Amino acid sequence: MLDEAQTETLLEVSNIEVIYNHVILVLKGVSLKVPKGGITALLGGNGAGKTTTLKAISNLLHSERGAVTKGSIIYRGERVQELSPEALVRRGVIQVMEGRHCFEHLTIEENLMTGAYTRSAGKAAVAADLEMVYTYFPRLRERRKSQAGYTSGGEQQMCAIGRALMSKPETILLDEPSMGLAPQLVEEIFGIVKDLNEREGVSFLLAEQNTNVALRFAHHGYILESGRVVMEGPAAELRENPDVKEFYLGVSDAGRKSFRDVRSYRRRKRWLA
Amino acid sequence: MSADFLYMIEVVINGLMAGVLYALVALGFVLIYKASGIFNYAQGVMALFGALTLVGIMEGQVPFAHIINATFGTDLHQFGWTVPALLAILLTVGVMILLAWMVHTFVFRHLVGQEPIILFMATIGLAYFLEGIGDLMWGSDIKTLDVGIPQGGSLWVENLSSGLGGEDFYGFFIDKLDITASVVAILLVAGLIAFAQYTKQGRAMRAVADDHQAALSVGISLNFIWVLVWSLAGMVALVAGIMWGAKSGVQFSLSLIALKALPVLMLGGFTSIPGAIVGGLIIGVGEKLFEYTIGPMIGGATENWFAYVLALLFLVFRPQGLFGERIIERV
Repeated sequence: MLDEAQTETLLEVSNIEVIYNHVILVLKGVSLKVPKGGITALLGGNGAGKTTTLKAISNLLHSERGAVTKGSIIYRGERVQELSPEALVRRGVIQVMEGRHCFEHLTIEENLMTGAYTRSAGKAAVAADLEMVYTYFPRLRERRKSQAGYTSGGEQQMCAIGRALMSKPETILLDEPSMGLAPQLVEEIFGIVKDLNEREGVSFLLAEQNTNVALRFAHHGYILESGRVVMEGPAAELRENPDVKEFYLGVSDAGRKSFRDVRSYRRRKRWLA
Repeated sequence: MSADFLYMIEVVINGLMAGVLYALVALGFVLIYKASGIFNYAQGVMALFGALTLVGIMEGQVPFAHIINATFGTDLHQFGWTVPALLAILLTVGVMILLAWMVHTFVFRHLVGQEPIILFMATIGLAYFLEGIGDLMWGSDIKTLDVGIPQGGSLWVENLSSGLGGEDFYGFFIDKLDITASVVAILLVAGLIAFAQYTKQGRAMRAVADDHQAALSVGISLNFIWVLVWSLAGMVALVAGIMWGAKSGVQFSLSLIALKALPVLMLGGFTSIPGAIVGGLIIGVGEKLFEYTIGPMIGGATENWFAYVLALLFLVFRPQGLFGERIIERV
């Protein structure tokens, strides 16, 4: 278990507001911290703002006509909001986008090599990292000559994570790795994420709908609801929290509840927000 | 071999040579379309502009001489020097790169994420703008371009092939300019393919063509890649402009060669480099053969429309072209 008091904070997001197209307010003041060497989970349902938070950090919002209008994003003491995604990758922050986004017509190996685009290290170092990616994802080695568009969803997810690894990142923003994958594959991928975290020292900020899996592998968690952080805490505590249990894990002490109780939960939540 | 058959072979060879030039122009379209989804209407004008600039630099013309003279009352026309062809070509390549950078920085960077039709309209504007600037810079008179490419029938080919026929067959007549153009085009295409396939920037170029967002997310600078593809397209246009200009003079009609590239693209597919080449060759050979065999029966002049009719047929039966990238869809 990560000792939270002692570790240094890599990424600090304070009270950011994100507006799309000048009118659609999506994030209404989200704050979170990603400690060095930790796996931080960002949880919540559809449209809660998980992806937007990640894209705000990696600066991919611009191409979707979104903008951070308030608050600050600090990485290693530096304000990074005005940087290009490229500059951010060079500083060690890379995003693995939701839905994989592999380069379909490139082979798996070419996909991985594009991840090393920003690196100025020699060929030998890049080749060593390619080897490292192949040891974590042996399946990619088997498929390395096939076009990424023709590989399975799991292989594409591995390819996307491997591609990010090729940039020698310090922090990976991992968006919904479990999407559309069989439970067994989800376990496999989360296992590898945990390995990468422990052995390679990569920090993760993980956006996930699958609360159950995410809280088992993460150290710390934030729960987002309609653009606000409504709850946060160490993953183990969140797992035991009765509200999380009931609304995100689908287990409850008192069996099924009526809709009236759901409303009372919403009232209670307002205090937290 | 019969004289008819030999003549047919000559027609095919000439068709192939014309086809190579079509392919070259089409290639410029494919490069930009693949990487940015922009159909660049200005490709032909870029060829004209490149050729004009090359002539201007070689002959030591003062750019914008007309405006300068009108404003300051001077009488400048020439610097009084001439620049050797090779150096002039290198300088023109520099100008084309600068042009690519300006086009991207002042126009298309501000249009990222817009509808394809808006991007297309912007390229139409760009075409007229470039045409005007070309006239302003270098004047609108017809110029001859001589970069030292040999012209006239190739004796070597004639002598080599004269043995094929009977007494009255003197060998194939093939223009040296066409031979040079084909060789240069083949080298250029091979170079481009090698660049796209085996270099880091080439890989990044293909990555951008596949998925802009993902390319951004791994730290590829879209701005850089877009300037790169516009520069490459500019160079391809320059080469096409040189070959065409050397053949028939540098004048406005040079920009219309782009229209010949359209059927090539429909045949080969908008997204395929090999498609542009094969499409160009098919159109080149096709129109020459058609003119030779069927032309006399229907009164000739079929070269003007043959390519477009062929393209129309392709649009009906195989809209993605011969080699167009199939959209990979997983079920």
